[in-house]
Amino acid sequence: MHKNIFVHCFPASTPADRNAPTHQAHGTVEPIATLELRGSLPHTPVPPFPLAARASTLHNRSAMPAYILSRAVSLCLSLVAASLVVFVLLEIVPGDPAALMLGLNATPEAAGALRELLGLNGPVHERYLNWVFGMLRGDFGISYAYKVPVSELFADRIWVSIPLAIYALTLSTLIAFPVGIIAASRRNSATDVAIMGTTQLGVAVPNFWFAMLLVLLFAVTLRWFSAGGFPGWDQGLFVGMKALTLPAIALALPQASILARVMRSALLDTLDEDYIRSARAKGLTRRQALWRHALRNALIPVLTIIGLQFSFLLAGAIIIENVFFLPGLGNLIFKAIAARDLIVVKSGVMILVVAVILVTFLVDVAYAIVDPRLRTSTR
Amino acid sequence: MTDLATAPLRRDSLLRAALGSRNFVVGAVITLGILLLAVVSFIWTPFPFSAQDIPNKFKPPLTGSHLLGTDYLGRDMLSMIMVGARTSISVALLAVGIGALIGTPLGLWAAARRGTLLDEIIMRANDLVFAFPALLIAILITALYGPGAVNAIIAIGIFNVPVFARLARGAALSLWTREFILAARVAGKGAARISAEHILPNILNTLVVQITIQFALGILAEAALAYVGLGAQPPMTSWGKMLADSQTMVALAPHVAIVPGLTIVVTVLGVNLLGDGLRDILDPRLRRSRR
Repeated sequence: MHKNIFVHCFPASTPADRNAPTHQAHGTVEPIATLELRGSLPHTPVPPFPLAARASTLHNRSAMPAYILSRAVSLCLSLVAASLVVFVLLEIVPGDPAALMLGLNATPEAAGALRELLGLNGPVHERYLNWVFGMLRGDFGISYAYKVPVSELFADRIWVSIPLAIYALTLSTLIAFPVGIIAASRRNSATDVAIMGTTQLGVAVPNFWFAMLLVLLFAVTLRWFSAGGFPGWDQGLFVGMKALTLPAIALALPQASILARVMRSALLDTLDEDYIRSARAKGLTRRQALWRHALRNALIPVLTIIGLQFSFLLAGAIIIENVFFLPGLGNLIFKAIAARDLIVVKSGVMILVVAVILVTFLVDVAYAIVDPRLRTSTR
Repeated sequence: MTDLATAPLRRDSLLRAALGSRNFVVGAVITLGILLLAVVSFIWTPFPFSAQDIPNKFKPPLTGSHLLGTDYLGRDMLSMIMVGARTSISVALLAVGIGALIGTPLGLWAAARRGTLLDEIIMRANDLVFAFPALLIAILITALYGPGAVNAIIAIGIFNVPVFARLARGAALSLWTREFILAARVAGKGAARISAEHILPNILNTLVVQITIQFALGILAEAALAYVGLGAQPPMTSWGKMLADSQTMVALAPHVAIVPGLTIVVTVLGVNLLGDGLRDILDPRLRRSRR
């Protein structure tokens, strides 16, 4: 969906019918069909008004709470469904955690007693509810392998994972914005071609391989950074950030490439709009029009991708944390899978999924704030 | 495409557009080259790919008979790349196949029943799959149900389903508002027949482009899974597995990591270029807006 997002968000500025009618992802909706389509269009064709057209803002502002409410309801439903999926996925895994914890020589009685202790003997729905309500209270159960509360394990790891994700996202945004803007403002120049070629390459590089090369260059050869590990935040902010720098770069590179491409195409699409032509006609240079009018409107698809990237960064971090031996959440989940520490896996995955769903929700709301048009089309 | 009379003309101009698109030509050459490597590996490789030759380990590329050098067991890297191509390509291809074959009908079905509860359920389920960090669940599935190529295919394939479902539904929805669909309905065709006979052929171009994108992502995903030890199992090899083996050897002999890594980069780049080229050729509207 990533590359196609423009298809939905930005109708091409040419009337679609001028070209061969092979397929049109978003032709104008004809009156006859409108009757039965009633609000079911996925990406409602948006009239090409600029944000500056605030005529209807007053009316739309009152729609804001309703919009947020409907997104919140859908958020809750998603969370419930996600927890069910995670629970079922782990419920049907073969193998008895109690037997695993006790090893090969355990007597059936001991295993039975442990199962009782872990609360594994109750009916399925009871165990599900216990798990969910436990998590809501901050009680994630006891790790089978480490014999400590899972919440403690998470609390340590989260201070590596979240800073890493934010660090990478910041890097990616800081690189992508100027690069995308430069490419769009010098469309078809040598700079543009070079930038597009580089980003094409960046998308194709597996980030864990890039991470290995970074280690080879900056840790093994130049010795600027250590090859892995995390000294802890108590060594000072700088030491901590330094340890996260190579992993963050490795995570950010492919994301920055994608984001820069999105930024460029979104800008080019908005630059084609009528209101840019009007702005140019009023005497603004192309660059002024870009900065004053196009940029804000281009931010909408860029925001979506940033939101989506958070999920990529969390998941991609599992691999990157492994390359750099970082004690993060992904690394914990990965070790827990290997050790069949299913309760850690279950709650760890759930935490990541909740984070992703929450970010999606925030992006939806941010959308509505950036673009008043979207408030009324509550999908 | 809907007008049969212009078909020969169209094919001719398509071919000309294809040869005129640098993206398409470069992408197609790279993709075909990699496919050829995989196919040839069934009948010939420079060396048996798993044959060890420890005295000749870590030979850099272009030395002696080993074009791409040897790894830490003295195995010929070129042979391993060729055999690895089989795994990487087949995993990615089957995963895309699962996504397209399940996702597209789902999307078409949702579009045919647009606005109903069914549509809502299908699309919400898709959103839900999207909410899971794909790689995380792929790791989960392969780790819990056993590592191996088949589980990797399923794990990657699941996340391709919503991609195709959304794409198919979105494209189909606007087609449902067109006159020729109305005509088909007036002619008495049911929703299923219209979807199969009129909607599907018209969204095929979009789907083909998406297939190339997902295929490239599949190659990357397979590499990542294999890298953490959850992809192809010995004696089979794959590019990601070669990278995993090279992890501790990078400092000793950089080429053991660079060769498979570059292979992945070139392949993904080639497939992406092919996709861009296809889009330029097949979708005149986007050709203009992409510049």
